[in-house]
Amino acid sequence: MSAPGRRTTRGLAIKIQESVFSKETYRGSATVIVLLILWETAAQLGLPVIKNIPPLTSVLDAFREVIFDSSYWGSWGASFHRIFTGFIVAQIIGIPLGLLMGTSRFFREMTLPVFEVLRPIPPLAWVPAAAIFWPTREMSIIFVTFLGAFFVLILNIVSGARAIDSRYIRAATSMGSRRKDIFWRIVLPATLPSIIVGMTVGIGLAWNTVVAAEMIASRSGLGFMTWRSYVTFTYPLIVVGMISIGIAGYISSGIIRLLGHHITPWLRTN
Amino acid sequence: MAQAISKHNGSSHVGLSQEFSAEMRIENVRKTYGLEPQVKVILDDCSFVLENRKLTVLIGPSGCGKSTLINVLAGYEIPNSGKVLLDGHPVRGPGPDRLVVFQETALFPWMTTFANVSYGPMVRREMGKKQLHAETMKLLKLVGLEAFADKYPSQLSGGMIRRAELVRALINRPKVMLMDEPFRGLDAMTRALLQEYYVRLFEARPATNLFVTSEVEEAIFLADRLIIMSNRPTRIRKIMNIDLQRPRKFKMLTSKEYLGYKGEALDILYDEAMKAFDSVQKGVKVDFLEAYSRAGNGS
Repeated sequence: MSAPGRRTTRGLAIKIQESVFSKETYRGSATVIVLLILWETAAQLGLPVIKNIPPLTSVLDAFREVIFDSSYWGSWGASFHRIFTGFIVAQIIGIPLGLLMGTSRFFREMTLPVFEVLRPIPPLAWVPAAAIFWPTREMSIIFVTFLGAFFVLILNIVSGARAIDSRYIRAATSMGSRRKDIFWRIVLPATLPSIIVGMTVGIGLAWNTVVAAEMIASRSGLGFMTWRSYVTFTYPLIVVGMISIGIAGYISSGIIRLLGHHITPWLRTN
Repeated sequence: MAQAISKHNGSSHVGLSQEFSAEMRIENVRKTYGLEPQVKVILDDCSFVLENRKLTVLIGPSGCGKSTLINVLAGYEIPNSGKVLLDGHPVRGPGPDRLVVFQETALFPWMTTFANVSYGPMVRREMGKKQLHAETMKLLKLVGLEAFADKYPSQLSGGMIRRAELVRALINRPKVMLMDEPFRGLDAMTRALLQEYYVRLFEARPATNLFVTSEVEEAIFLADRLIIMSNRPTRIRKIMNIDLQRPRKFKMLTSKEYLGYKGEALDILYDEAMKAFDSVQKGVKVDFLEAYSRAGNGS
């Protein structure tokens, strides 16, 4: 019998090589390159509407400049700090609360109406109230980021925990599980896939929220950088800001995917 | 039967006797769902005995309350009236002395085969780590799954899942095994193979078993005693003793005795199916399709 989970370094190297030089990577990069070429040629040809977008070359120039600029990386740092603080607090509060709401009918009936009223309010609509309520502007931005990730997480966990097949609970009870075992060994792992989905959607919404909040209520971060570039007529930097946000979001959801891959090994297809 | 135990090569688990089997008595059990005025009577005045160390097969038309009966015996549902006694003690809630093998599968998808099978003793802290490992592997070997100990249920075939499920129950040494149409939905070959696995396991360690099915051939092949249920409200229509010799072999499916039992059982089931049709004519509301499938069971 082989010990589960142990891999050789060589095996790992091959695995990385396989995933980096895979068909998926080639296909994905091909599309990106084609789009970049189309963008540049469209800008060069001066096609209507598109000609208002800064051409690829000027955006690349702008990128080359900011890449050595510490304030650019400062914007990354500021946004990531808000995202991760808001997101992690959302997990710390949201996961236990969601599980409690999912498993206790009493608690769910007590709290769900409140959630259903608060949930449709877009996080951005909280900005004025948050600005008054929280002592610092930074805190209020983190708070709305938290909200962006929080509600969708709760909703996913509640529906995930409620959808657990009763036969699992019955089988576990028959075999002598205590309440504690039912929670830790059945309910929690059965809900993990929903938690991961809630996190994946949540981190996307957190980015949506933080960028918009930075535009209206902050003097730092990628959202602010993009908005300032518009106000100061440095148009190539707008595109730099947008692409940076895109990459940042991609990295964040990649981390969540990796986490999901590790904590729900039974969902791997191969 | 005693020879069958000792013949099985010395595995301590299989050789265990007496205390890991018990008689189960069902006395005047009534179970209804819903509230007045729309009470649905599923079981009414249902009484029978699961004899100690016997394999009792329960057969009846689909929707006649077989699963409800299993739930009551397992302690998942409380009967409205009547008693369920295990060696004379009333059943109060679920316990490892009566384990259910569910329709389809109830293996935990997030646990490996090993973790699934070792779950019961692990959660009850009955064995040390080493002993638990040895016991689990021994049982996995018994059903040919030792190479799949580290696989998740999604990586196993339907037949492997059922075998894993079987030993996940067996490792707890239940006094009564409750098999709720465990081989339903498998293809004919896999099903035949699993029937053989199951009957070998039973013959090696004859504990009290209740096997619910809607297939006549399966029922007679496995059974010591065959209980035929009627349509709802469910009553016991007939109890047949199946005196085919053990170990059971597939060859027996063509023997004269076997065909005799089959004919007798089919006559009763056919009769029940006809009654279902009659009740349609009398204007009692019976879903046509349901009645049709009952007729299918009997032909």
